[in-house]
Amino acid sequence: MKIRKSAAERLFEGFNLIFLLAVCAVMLIPVLHVLAGSLSSKNALTHSRVGIWPVEWTIENYVVVFHNPVFWRAFGVSVVIVLLGTALNMLMTTLTAYPLSRTNLKGRRAVMLLIIFTMIFSAPLIPTFLVVKGLGLLNTLWALIIPTALSAFNMILCLTFFRSLPEELLEAARVDGMSEYRILLQIVLPLSVPILVTLVLFYAVSHWNSYYTAMLYISNAQLRPLQLYMYAIVAQSSAADLQSGSEGDILMSLSPQGLQMATIIVATVPVVLIYPFVQRFFIRGALLGSLKG
Amino acid sequence: MHATKAAAATASRSRQRSPGSAGWQYFVRHHPFYVMLVPGIVYFLVMKYMPLLGTVIAFKDYNIFKGILASEWVGLQWFHQLFTYPKFLRLLENTLLISLYQIVFAFPAPIVLALLMNELRMMTVKRIVQTLVYLPHFLSWTIVAGLVYMLLSTQTGLLNGLYVSWTGNAPIELLQSADSIRTIIVSSGIWKEVGWGTIIFLAALTGIDPSLYEAARIDGAGRWRQFLSVTLPGLLPAIMVLLLLKLGNVMDLGFEQIYPFINPLNAEKGDVFDTYTYVAGIKGGQYSFTTAVGLFKSVVGFLVLVLANKASKAATGEGLY
Repeated sequence: MKIRKSAAERLFEGFNLIFLLAVCAVMLIPVLHVLAGSLSSKNALTHSRVGIWPVEWTIENYVVVFHNPVFWRAFGVSVVIVLLGTALNMLMTTLTAYPLSRTNLKGRRAVMLLIIFTMIFSAPLIPTFLVVKGLGLLNTLWALIIPTALSAFNMILCLTFFRSLPEELLEAARVDGMSEYRILLQIVLPLSVPILVTLVLFYAVSHWNSYYTAMLYISNAQLRPLQLYMYAIVAQSSAADLQSGSEGDILMSLSPQGLQMATIIVATVPVVLIYPFVQRFFIRGALLGSLKG
Repeated sequence: MHATKAAAATASRSRQRSPGSAGWQYFVRHHPFYVMLVPGIVYFLVMKYMPLLGTVIAFKDYNIFKGILASEWVGLQWFHQLFTYPKFLRLLENTLLISLYQIVFAFPAPIVLALLMNELRMMTVKRIVQTLVYLPHFLSWTIVAGLVYMLLSTQTGLLNGLYVSWTGNAPIELLQSADSIRTIIVSSGIWKEVGWGTIIFLAALTGIDPSLYEAARIDGAGRWRQFLSVTLPGLLPAIMVLLLLKLGNVMDLGFEQIYPFINPLNAEKGDVFDTYTYVAGIKGGQYSFTTAVGLFKSVVGFLVLVLANKASKAATGEGLY
């Protein structure tokens, strides 16, 4: 008993579809333009002849990017930060969330208040900078890891999930004489894989994408993560960074914009490659966050 | 062997210290929980509360060589300077205006998009649309800035190229103009986050009881009437909570989003508290003054959140806490 659609309804659905496809186009065009530009000749690019399809194909821009030691150094720093930082994040998050998920733990309220207060009232930038400096972290990779070692928000997501686990299971383990450390490691964590994957992704993406902490704490060019390098070539058009590793003839045949575009594409590829496989975990995480409010 | 001895020692010590104290016994029995909490508590104390204590430099003339304790007290000097500083009003205006534009344009955008996506009947199309609109959320702000630069550049930009070939005029310097900076910031923000924002509303939409629609249809409600009487009230809780969170952040625009776009030609209308604190504080070394700016920012943000929560609770019954 399908209800026949009125003409007005079909009209609305048609327009809706067209509008949403237009939205998709708006999402894609900037990326396609940069991709096309990175594969186009200097001549076509500087005369604004490139739309969303390459003109006078060339891969020279990518050759320069792939031979740029400064770019790969920054890329490597980011990989290290993501691996180390996320590992520390997960350790801190689960260790803090497990005791706080025990509703009857004495002192729990006080610790929760201590943590939640930091979410609504944040200390100004300079005093935070002075603490990091005082700890001797300036110009070390630790400065990119320790100040963000634990996210109160993610910890609460984790805690909420832990609380939903069947209490009888944990009780039974306790009766068997299992220590709390082993319960966390061998019972709670294996049962919490969905939330743990989501949190790993949240933390990893935020490490990969962040450049603010690096801008604050890192002045040694050797320790720059990828996004700080990207800032230098995008916002400051830093030629030294862009052209490192190549010289003379090949650079003459390329435009700085073409190199910037190729660099943007190479820096985007890791995220775009991983994204389709992990999309559902992110969506779950975003929903968990919203339930919490 | 060693471990048991140590445990026995702790146990006997605890007995001596507080014989029969229930609290102490509870602590000993449940000590693994407290041990696990140590790293987290230390983290929050050192990385969040020590900086709060350090905020006293807003009332001192902080000198790097003397340190925080030995620096001289100056009372409200920095705040006095702040409120009489001509640039302060400009920063406040830029921050609040960009926030206002975000609330007016960027905040409703995902709600509208979610409603339209919800009306799509073709599941494959819906899935493709979702995948595409979520993607920009995962790009960093530097990449987004790079895409915008490439779109608007006067030399190679796609939009400027189209503009020039259609009108024959000279390209427009959008990236170097104070008049367009706020539009660029707000619209690039919408581009990046609008899709991601729909997730919550799409979930809220599927959570609406279908029998409500049925009842409305029986009462003769058309699609638009159903939207007003069923869909919108169903979304209201989610809308209110997110709006409150946004209001709590009116002073926090996000350094990473704005900083790549700021240059001397557009700073007049694009410079906000977050970018100013970085430039004057970290680069310029005006530690005490920018701490005063930051404290002002945090306090105002906190008050706005508390007030908005009160107002919302009174009006709609929805609140953050």
